[in-house]
Amino acid sequence: MADLTIKNLRKAYGDIEILKGIDLEIKDHEFVVFVGPSGCGKSTLLRSIAGLEEVTGGQIFLDDKEITELAPAKRDLAMVFQSYALYPHMSVRKNMSFALELAKQDKATINEKVAEAARILELTHLLDRKPKDLSGGQRQRVAIGRSIVRHPSVFLFDEPLSNLDAALRIQTRLELARLHHDLNATMIYVTHDQVEAMTLADKVVVLNGGQIEQVGSPMELYHHPVNQFVAGFLGMPKMSFLPGRVLSGDQSGINVELESGVQLQLPISGEKVAKGSDVTLGVRPEHITVTDKDSSTFQGRLDIAEHLGSDTYCYVQTETKQTLTVRAPGTFPGAYGDTVGLSLDLSHCHLFDAQGKAIHKLSRSAA
Amino acid sequence: MFTNVLSLDRLSLKSRRRLINVLLGTLAWGVALAVFFPIFWMILTSFKTEIDAFATPPQLFFSPTLENYALINERSDYFHFAWNSVVVSFGSTIIGMMIAVPAAYSMAFFETKRTKSTLLWMLSTKMLPPVGVLVPIYLLFKDLGMLDTRLGLVIIYTLINLPIMVWMAYTYFKEIPKEVLEAARMDGASLFQEIWRVLLPMSKGGLASTVLLSLILSWNEAFWSLNLTASQAAPLTALIASYSSPEGLFWAKLSAVSTLACAPILIFGWISQKQLVRGLSFGAVK
Repeated sequence: MADLTIKNLRKAYGDIEILKGIDLEIKDHEFVVFVGPSGCGKSTLLRSIAGLEEVTGGQIFLDDKEITELAPAKRDLAMVFQSYALYPHMSVRKNMSFALELAKQDKATINEKVAEAARILELTHLLDRKPKDLSGGQRQRVAIGRSIVRHPSVFLFDEPLSNLDAALRIQTRLELARLHHDLNATMIYVTHDQVEAMTLADKVVVLNGGQIEQVGSPMELYHHPVNQFVAGFLGMPKMSFLPGRVLSGDQSGINVELESGVQLQLPISGEKVAKGSDVTLGVRPEHITVTDKDSSTFQGRLDIAEHLGSDTYCYVQTETKQTLTVRAPGTFPGAYGDTVGLSLDLSHCHLFDAQGKAIHKLSRSAA
Repeated sequence: MFTNVLSLDRLSLKSRRRLINVLLGTLAWGVALAVFFPIFWMILTSFKTEIDAFATPPQLFFSPTLENYALINERSDYFHFAWNSVVVSFGSTIIGMMIAVPAAYSMAFFETKRTKSTLLWMLSTKMLPPVGVLVPIYLLFKDLGMLDTRLGLVIIYTLINLPIMVWMAYTYFKEIPKEVLEAARMDGASLFQEIWRVLLPMSKGGLASTVLLSLILSWNEAFWSLNLTASQAAPLTALIASYSSPEGLFWAKLSAVSTLACAPILIFGWISQKQLVRGLSFGAVK
């Protein structure tokens, strides 16, 4: 069992508050990803859990035991660092056995555990090499091996893939997912890359400005973001936002007028929204279709089309100079400067109030 | 036509670069020879008779003699002074390292807003003329009964070399990524294990040069050894001095005793020159 509970965790450097009261529950076996822009406090949160940062306030519990004040080594956690942080003067074998030696385990047990970890990570043939003789990906695996041998309650990963090249990053991402499955361990993973967050996590924690914006499964966050920040942060390419104004609304829907004058009837509850209030419409690239310019009243000028083969991402500028990202088929023929018609999938549109909070959709299944 | 001009241009660029290289090489050799010449002349003079040593114009060719060395061996106990030099320089270096490593560790890895000023303040003590504190130190040593003791010299040398040792160790520790030490902490290392098993092995090159520099500085130090010792604790620098003014100007003997005093540290420095170069470049060369 390894349930991690964080209660009102605070961390400040002088007057600057990095973590502003974090409450979070992480269940046994969960793969939790902290994601957010740089400076949001995600690494500080992870390092506070690890015990590498002294917290200013709040508590951390591992199962029922409070670990807030414990030394890092006594917390039964293992950490994989962004820079791998291998011991350069030790062989791969020594790197992996160091913690076990410090814990005074007997030689036979150490050898067995190192061999087992090396087998899982395919490092057996590299055991006698020094870190400098390894490639980036191999070093990363040694860093993971170093944490595996200890059989910790919780694994902590601090942006472990950001030093790898793109191809290796995808491969290692898959290996990590497999490892989580095989070890069935609790893992906490910090990244600024939302693709890693979406693909790896059972639960994503979106942080911004030292606070949690939203916690939930990747799909829940993607389809039901609670605010404009989460909506804009998850998704690649990003959700497009268009300012507008509420014309009318009731429990069955809401009527919105965009700046360009286009009016939309959305399946979003208009009960609590005042007529005339400012709102922002959010729509993902896959929920906009490029149509013939005569078949739609909502038009724009094609700015750039990125041809990826399978898809084409079109950046379309509206009359009011807003840019919309649209996913079109790979064979999309449009060229710079073309005027195109746009059709929105209204059931998938999001609406945010002036504070950026999401206005409830009528049906969650609409996602 | 156009290609011709291009290739000519490239050729002249190449030869220009070669010319610069030759000039720079000559300059470097010139400087090296100028620096080495006094040492060469000292060694040469030590094998001359006093008459040859005084000769004008100076003589490059002469019949060498060992009489100066024989005389020094007769008149003074070289090994007594040499042993004092060894004890004092190694003693002060060991104690200095025992203080400098923990100090530099906390400065490099637990930096506060005052760390930089503390370092600068420590280094600024090296800018004061030592003679400024001669009287208070002398009186202190007298009251403590440490005049002409090896312990006294060890303490003084430790103190005067400490700022530079802390500074150097700090510079080397700064090169070590903090995460590696944090990884050791996560792995269960105590503070001592973290320093002994991770930090020291990772910075051993830099620390070796710190040790070397401290040894050399202590070995060559003359001001304090002349003022605080007489015979019991006098190191080799005091032995050289004893052959200068009171004895009159005996160049050959002075050269011989200087050669004897310099020889151990020169040989030591020669053997470890790779570390020294690294040390003196203060971590700039990786």
